[in-house]
Amino acid sequence: MKRAIVLLLAALAAVGFAVTLYWIFYRAPMQREPLYFNQKIFYYHIGCAFMLFAAVFTCGIASLLYLKGRRGRFDDVATAGGELAVLFGSAMLVSGSIWAKVAWGHWWVWDARLTTSLLLWMVMVGYVLVRRFGGPGSERLAAGLGVFGMVDVPLIYYSVRIWRTYHPSTSTAPGLRGDMLIAMLFSVLLFVCVFVVLLVYRAGVARCARLIDETREAALDAGLIE
Amino acid sequence: MEFFRHAAAVCAKDLRIELRSREIVYTMVFFAAMVVLIFSFAFIGDGNPRALVPGMLWVAVLLSGTLGLSRAFDRERDQDTLRGLLLSPAPRGAIFAGKAVAMVALMAAVEAVAAPLCWFLFDAPLFAHPIYMVLVLVLGTVGFATVGSVFAAMLLRVRARDVLLPVVLYPIIVPLLIAATKATAALAAPVPDLADAVFWIKFLAVFDAAFLVAAMWTFESLVIE
Repeated sequence: MKRAIVLLLAALAAVGFAVTLYWIFYRAPMQREPLYFNQKIFYYHIGCAFMLFAAVFTCGIASLLYLKGRRGRFDDVATAGGELAVLFGSAMLVSGSIWAKVAWGHWWVWDARLTTSLLLWMVMVGYVLVRRFGGPGSERLAAGLGVFGMVDVPLIYYSVRIWRTYHPSTSTAPGLRGDMLIAMLFSVLLFVCVFVVLLVYRAGVARCARLIDETREAALDAGLIE
Repeated sequence: MEFFRHAAAVCAKDLRIELRSREIVYTMVFFAAMVVLIFSFAFIGDGNPRALVPGMLWVAVLLSGTLGLSRAFDRERDQDTLRGLLLSPAPRGAIFAGKAVAMVALMAAVEAVAAPLCWFLFDAPLFAHPIYMVLVLVLGTVGFATVGSVFAAMLLRVRARDVLLPVVLYPIIVPLLIAATKATAALAAPVPDLADAVFWIKFLAVFDAAFLVAAMWTFESLVIE
């Protein structure tokens, strides 16, 4: 059952890439000054941005559950969430920079949303680094980092928003009309599918790695292997 | 009450060890002074970089604080004394609170040198409103010590902890750095902006409260064997 749902989502994602590209390039109207063709970046950019936040919260909540009950499966989900946050965060930062260069004339500006996303991305890169290089015992540290990262989200956002604001506000979404709005919704849905599929499979890989480790430990304890 | 007694005992233990060697506090203070001086050498062009002073002060405090954190927790590692602490009947939260308060005391010693040094070198009116300024310093330090103590304690069992501590700590601590520098800048401006300072002080209080709760909640399960 679960397998079927994931396969269905994967199929939807595959079709979704074709559909969103068609909608973005053929149906959604070209924007006038100053962006023209570059405005098309927005559709995937916003999908990546949403998924960054989804991944951070997935990681944070899974970490919290792991700390509560010490059940390995939550740790697997947290691992997957952390890595996906870095993946989508990187895609978001790169696509956002290209947009910014055209729209504002600079690759980077110190705006609230940009800075918030950058900091979150850095927290998650720290998370992945801890996972990779922490060695044994790093799951707990990683879980703590996941929880603290999640607590930090509103604080980062609030402090940086008052610090400075530059980004087109969320009102861009209501500003979108007709085919532009549909294209955006399609791409967000697409990214949700991609996110869920990647999350499930990455968590599955993490689970296998954990089971192999546990089996190895058990075999060592039983004296079956050196 | 019991909780505070345990916390005070852990804190007193840490401070007593420190008072006997004075290793951490001397190195931290000297390091903070070095950071301030290095900033001045790097940024002094023509005239007085007074606008940079709040940033300098807080970067010096946070960098030396990181140094102190890793040393203070390395001590618990030497003879595996953290295990002894955890085996004692004291609640985990009290152990955490004791270590964090000791850290605040060490950082206060650093600030007591670094802030006057900034005032002395750059003639920055940091203490035009002494009560607000002390409040900013206290809240900033408490927030840093809270988050830092949790991470330093968790890192004890991890390889490469000296590198990983700043890597995981700094991104989390950025809102605190923004709030503390903004508040300090508002207080040290030629015309102090008290409303702005009060806003950032409130923000620091919220930051501290949020992470104190998160730390108390998670510390037990984070350090459990």
